[in-house]
Amino acid sequence: MDFCKRHFSVALGAVLGLMLIAFIGVKANLQLLFGVVAPYLAVLIFVEGMIYRLIKWARSPVPFRIPTTAAQGRSLPWIERSLGDKLDNPENTKWTIGRMALEILAFRSLFRNTRTELRKDPVDGKKVQLVHWSYKWLWLGAIAFHYAFLVVILRHLRFFTEPAPGFLHLLDSLDGFLQFYIPVVFVSGVVLLAAALFLLARRLVKAELRYISLAADYFPLLLIIGIAVTGILMRYFFKTDIVAVKQLALGLATLKPVVPEGISALFYMHFFLVCVLFAYFPFSKLAHAPGVFLSPSRNQPGDNRWKLYVNPWNYPVKFHTYMEIEDQYREAMYEAGLPVEILPESAKTGGEG
Amino acid sequence: MSKLPKPEELARNISFQTPAKGWMDVKPDFRPGTYCNAAAPKWMEWVGYPFPRAWSVAEADWKLPPDWKEIILAGMEDRLKRFRSLKIFFDICVRCGACADKCHFYLGTGDPKNMPVLRAELMRSVYKRYFTTAGKLLGEIAGARDLTEDVLKEWFFYLHQCTICRRCSLFCPYGIDMAEMTLLGREMLASVGLNIDWALASVAQCYDKGSHIGATPQAFKDMMDFLAEENERITGITTPPSYNRKGAEVLFVMPSGDYFADPGTFTMMGYMLLFEYIGLDYTLSTYAAEGGNFGWFVSHEMGKRLNVKIYEEAKRLKVKWILGGECGHMWRVCNQYMPTYWGESPGFLEEPVSPITGTRFENAKVHKMVHISEFTADLIKHGKLKFDTQRNAHIKLTFHDSCNTSRGMGIFEEPRYIINSVLPEGNFVEMPPNTIREKTFCCGSSSGINANENMEIRMLGGFPRANAVRYVQEKYGVNHLGCICALDRATLPTLVQYWVPGMECTGITELVGNALVFPGELERTTDLRDRDLEGFGEAEETEEEGDE
Repeated sequence: MDFCKRHFSVALGAVLGLMLIAFIGVKANLQLLFGVVAPYLAVLIFVEGMIYRLIKWARSPVPFRIPTTAAQGRSLPWIERSLGDKLDNPENTKWTIGRMALEILAFRSLFRNTRTELRKDPVDGKKVQLVHWSYKWLWLGAIAFHYAFLVVILRHLRFFTEPAPGFLHLLDSLDGFLQFYIPVVFVSGVVLLAAALFLLARRLVKAELRYISLAADYFPLLLIIGIAVTGILMRYFFKTDIVAVKQLALGLATLKPVVPEGISALFYMHFFLVCVLFAYFPFSKLAHAPGVFLSPSRNQPGDNRWKLYVNPWNYPVKFHTYMEIEDQYREAMYEAGLPVEILPESAKTGGEG
Repeated sequence: MSKLPKPEELARNISFQTPAKGWMDVKPDFRPGTYCNAAAPKWMEWVGYPFPRAWSVAEADWKLPPDWKEIILAGMEDRLKRFRSLKIFFDICVRCGACADKCHFYLGTGDPKNMPVLRAELMRSVYKRYFTTAGKLLGEIAGARDLTEDVLKEWFFYLHQCTICRRCSLFCPYGIDMAEMTLLGREMLASVGLNIDWALASVAQCYDKGSHIGATPQAFKDMMDFLAEENERITGITTPPSYNRKGAEVLFVMPSGDYFADPGTFTMMGYMLLFEYIGLDYTLSTYAAEGGNFGWFVSHEMGKRLNVKIYEEAKRLKVKWILGGECGHMWRVCNQYMPTYWGESPGFLEEPVSPITGTRFENAKVHKMVHISEFTADLIKHGKLKFDTQRNAHIKLTFHDSCNTSRGMGIFEEPRYIINSVLPEGNFVEMPPNTIREKTFCCGSSSGINANENMEIRMLGGFPRANAVRYVQEKYGVNHLGCICALDRATLPTLVQYWVPGMECTGITELVGNALVFPGELERTTDLRDRDLEGFGEAEETEEEGDE
């Protein structure tokens, strides 16, 4: 099996296997394991893993201030800088926070994305030329995916809270604005699934992406697709006892876990995949979420020339001093009329003569 | 040196087809023309680099030290501890591929390992194998692989097909910077004695004598005196520089490319004319005779070993501040590393103030070093320079933003302001927006790989840049490619001669030198390159004939 197929099938197999485990588990009456132990364990691993990961990153210092300067820097006072320039090449902490906010909330760098293609020169068919154009689809797919996921997570808070906070009602009505189908279709779930499928499809369809993709790239996408599909199936087609689910969730949230009767296997499959996602998060590429905050090329201002940056492990280095070089070439330097620190022997005797 | 194919042939063969085998099973093809030669042991000895020995890239046996693997892994562990960047960049890449078609080497070669994401993965896979639990347990399926000699050779091959231009980091949603990883990767290669000759020869020469070209102090003076004489011959103005003069107000530091070879030398002549015009009290140093820093192309430490000479010399000569010439990576180092290397703001220098305009360069308050484009733009803004733009009328210019001053500093407006002041209106044309400013394409030969033996890869790496230059040549009749980078002036002429014949390269201060009107100067009939100005010489005659 070739590299791509192997990595894809391992990821697919893992997700299907996880669903099967949950399914069998529930049939074997292990509700306690999948309804209580797994989520607690997952949250524990998530929290600990995240702390571990952050500490591990934070323990390494940032020796140099190396922001990627993406616009005109602060310079002479009359050189104008637009708002965009100030955000893309921030001169102080305030603007750096702005840059980070734009990066994290609006995926600024991805928005810059271009596509380049090699084409035949329209004039001279023997030549080829590169053509560049703005390409926003990856940005759109990514932003749709992340925001839809956020809304879905927030929506699920109603399972864990009693009474559900007010903003959730607003969110639900916004999310269900289409007023289509019964129960009302939540746009976020559909967008999440569509965006995840888009991100998966581009990995599988584009040759160069297929070439670089690893199981670790397919697995989280398939996992999230699995979560979305089981969730959608449960909400619209194979309904489960929603009151019992809320009882379970509330029990977990209040640390008084109960395992109510009447919850379908489909729910446990959905729930188990979510648990796996949580546990997997800190140890995988999904750690890009906290990691981006620590990215030295983004989270530092471009103020090197007017604010000293100290490298905590800076050490003295061996270099050739001026005197070493003068010692080597003193005579010739003197003859060439270059000033020297110490006159050469010939000059001294010459002076005496 | 291998024979370089014809441009059409080379371009036609660019293929983006991915190999049938997975990337872990594909070995690099060390064809002549694609790699740089191994560094001669002499250079390594000069700078005290480990494992100096004669070896050849083309041969199977690279004569590695027996414990090379332990050295590399210990080196990786050490760098993970010292550089958060490396840890973060290893851990958070999601392989979205946004960086892929941003790399000039990928666009030029079509080799998937030149997608920054995969080039990084060459190192990341080793990190996973030895430093992550998943990689240790799951191996290949976790994207991990053993560190073998083949893997090391692959690093050597592809880390020298990255010019540290940071274009990938601009487009990466997390700012993952291949340049940073390439630098650290090259450090690790050097730790087992794998260096390229072109870079290390320059480093050793600079370390030992004062500049990459290995000029002795007296030879340096000769070259400069010659350029001053050239100025006098062409303009009638004497521009004698002073050398190692204590108490001068300003120490001027330029890349050696500016006094070593055309067309850089014309930029040097431009500097001298400019300084003479404004009566700047400046001196050149035979010790800090190199602003460029090939050291930084091989390691952070070597970068510092060469860079500290500038402040050391400023201290010895008791100047007030430093003025820096047109150079890309010099300014990346000076901007993002120099004061940090030094450890403190150099207290022996003063906050730079232009003696002509009184402008305080507040943005260089700590650094105490001013970029020549800032300095010149300020002079022009204050009306201190008188230009005859017609002397540049024969120049139809486009401007190449150098990667380092763009994405490692952010100096875009100053050179453009100067260009618009010294060229007749309408003579300046921009290349397509996706290929300039922060999105600029590298010359393809930076970061110490501007050797002769790897010409094919250089031409391929520079193809995206050349492609944009060709566009403005065909569309607007552009005949000059301007830049504020000495490496560009060394490499772009070769590049455009290959892809865009008829294009010349020029520094921006050369154009300033052309246009400056001195009192009592000779009537100018040629530019600094001895080419006839419009309205003079043969060109005029043929034009007249055509009119008849």
